[in-house]
Amino acid sequence: MSENKVKKKPVGKMVFMGIISIGLYALLLSQQDFLNEVFGKGGAYAFLPIITAFLFSFVHGSFTGDFWTVLGVEAAKKRKEVK
Amino acid sequence: MHDVVNAAANFINLDVMNIVYLFLVGFVGGLVSGFIGSGGAFVLTPAMMSMGVPGLVAVASNMCHKFPKALIGSIKRAKYGQVDVKLGIVLGISAEAGVLYGAHIQENIKKSFGEAGSNLYVSAAFVVILAIVGGFVLLDAWKTYKSGNTQQDEEKVTKLARWVQSINIPGTMVYFKSLNARISVLFTIPLGFATGMLAATIAVGGFIGVPSMIYVLGAPSLMASATELVIAFVMGLGGSFKYAMHGLVDIRLAMIILAGSLFGIQLGAIGTTYVKPYMIKIVMGTIMVIVLFSRALMVPVYMSQLHLIQEISAGSVKALKSVSFGIMISALALGAFIVLRAMWQGRKAQQELAAREVFEQSKI
Repeated sequence: MSENKVKKKPVGKMVFMGIISIGLYALLLSQQDFLNEVFGKGGAYAFLPIITAFLFSFVHGSFTGDFWTVLGVEAAKKRKEVK
Repeated sequence: MHDVVNAAANFINLDVMNIVYLFLVGFVGGLVSGFIGSGGAFVLTPAMMSMGVPGLVAVASNMCHKFPKALIGSIKRAKYGQVDVKLGIVLGISAEAGVLYGAHIQENIKKSFGEAGSNLYVSAAFVVILAIVGGFVLLDAWKTYKSGNTQQDEEKVTKLARWVQSINIPGTMVYFKSLNARISVLFTIPLGFATGMLAATIAVGGFIGVPSMIYVLGAPSLMASATELVIAFVMGLGGSFKYAMHGLVDIRLAMIILAGSLFGIQLGAIGTTYVKPYMIKIVMGTIMVIVLFSRALMVPVYMSQLHLIQEISAGSVKALKSVSFGIMISALALGAFIVLRAMWQGRKAQQELAAREVFEQSKI
């Protein structure tokens, strides 16, 4: 614990991914009719919701991860260090 | 507005209240899932149905938020060294088969006994399985608490798990790092299958998956709950695709829940690094036992619909439904509360320790 390294917080990355995430959600909510129609078709269109879910999870997952880091909520240090 | 109602007759109109509601329930569900590997789904499906979403669309949309959530959760927990990917995939594949079989049984029951019969089957499965497994998990956590060994990082491997690990069936043995042992896949296949069947029935396979990894295979609690996220991902991906082929996924609902649950799952995963392993069992057992009561309340309603008992008045049915849903929400809220409290205490203890170390060093 002697080296008290202050890690740089990923503020820039969080803001960037946050903006993309908001953009994706704005698109989702503004195009509801279109999405319902196309995504509800079934068959080969089944790939659409799956791809969308992966895309949202990548962007929003990265944002939410950095969100907690920036707030200072991080995993516990290894127990060996704590002892 | 264009009239696309026919193409998407299953999809409801979303207002701001609904969006906020789904986001919040998603957050709490995600928090619990990040911690114990599953949970939350049993509240989300009825929550969507209470907004007027048809049952199958609710199940499909729930599943479509589950797999990306589980993916993010398992990546996060893998960073903490808690995930056994191989065990997750092996169990996940057999769980997928369990999901398909479970859904098939559900369809047959629905065909033979109608909606009420299917509901009765689901509730009865809830009550019986949660009573046995939930009671066992909670009892085990209670014993650890009473014995004063709560500070232990190592957990005792059960006799059953030691026996399973000692059996050698040539040609079927696989090494799993979470167990630090080679076991026969002939043991993992039925466990995965049962996890999948439960997931298809009550939406939370983890209530069998996690305890079976701990007590039958001998995995540590933290690794079992983290590995469950891999199983949930494999199961959820396959299940979502199946439902999406029938056009049943409402992507808006799934992504709004995901918005909240990704905040929650990250926090829940972080929480696991602050607590002792027995806390996983406490949270899981508590939720299971409370949910059991919620579903048990609904059993007489479905029995009366099937004319197995005297008819219950519409007013009483409504009251029972509300109380049942309320208990379910409170189970999840209590789980989230225990997680947050344990995390808060763990962080405080760590900060105090760090401050003391700095103080000691400054004295030297």
